[in-house]
Amino acid sequence: MAPQVGVLLFPGSNCEQDVVEAFSTLGADARLVWHGDRSLGGLDAVVVPGGFAHGDYLRPGAIARFSPVMGAVTDFARSGGPVVGICNGFQVLCEAGLLPGALQKNAGLRFLCRTVTLRVASTTSVLTGEVEIGTELRIPINHFSGNYTCTPDVLARLQAQDQIVLRYVDNPNGSMDDIAGVRNEAGNVVGLMPHPERASSALLGSEDGRPLLASVLAATRAIA
Amino acid sequence: MRDDDVMPSFSVHVEVSQRPGIADPEGATIERSLPALGFDEVAGVRVGKSIRFTVEAPDEATARARVEDLCDRFLTNPVIEDATIHLTEGVAA
Repeated sequence: MAPQVGVLLFPGSNCEQDVVEAFSTLGADARLVWHGDRSLGGLDAVVVPGGFAHGDYLRPGAIARFSPVMGAVTDFARSGGPVVGICNGFQVLCEAGLLPGALQKNAGLRFLCRTVTLRVASTTSVLTGEVEIGTELRIPINHFSGNYTCTPDVLARLQAQDQIVLRYVDNPNGSMDDIAGVRNEAGNVVGLMPHPERASSALLGSEDGRPLLASVLAATRAIA
Repeated sequence: MRDDDVMPSFSVHVEVSQRPGIADPEGATIERSLPALGFDEVAGVRVGKSIRFTVEAPDEATARARVEDLCDRFLTNPVIEDATIHLTEGVAA
């Protein structure tokens, strides 16, 4: 049976259909999950998509983390279910305490919208299980607050525990240690600022996001 | 004299600022633009948020504890931000 992928929809999300489309082309049964739902209804993976959930008021992700669905997402993550946050979704997962650190305004205060080169730093996550360390991927970024920040203690722990999943080759936003994506300790929750769903077809200019999305689907099969 | 049935109200002003050591790109950008305007003597620009509201509580200590909890859980991200709480009894007109 095709993996069931749920893509959260908050008021202000704007990448949810792209994520559904990208996973569908990879053979998943992908569907939207309204932020007001309290249950995930038997999903195999959850994606928190990009956009401006709840208008990004107060801080990106600060209000979305209190949406009713986030209780179910937290339970799903704690039980080992694959959860991926893309861009605004990464911010939501940090605010929810499912990922370490925070994302603050880009150094230089510019909204950045361009394709960047990433290097895979770890394969011990549900997003990178099917790619090799050192692989370079061309994937678009599209954010104002993508500057990954944490305390020196947390950074040392991320480095020691192989929790840095993706790094920018040419750091666009001031992120500590060139971090583009991190995972939780267990590896089943991952956040990244770049948009793999926007690099999921040659028509979009790059297919480099496909192996990342395919890794998520492979992870659901490994668990099932 | 206060009617015992009426819970005191406190005016609250929360200042949210970047924690020491956390980059403040907005403040830095403002500071860089100052010499062009002739404000060479201005330094140390930091940008934050100002949040005002009222809270009802039996006494000031309780009000402060509630506001601190609110700041920790919602109004700030403790990873990158600090809150300074100003609390005065009575509601500003």
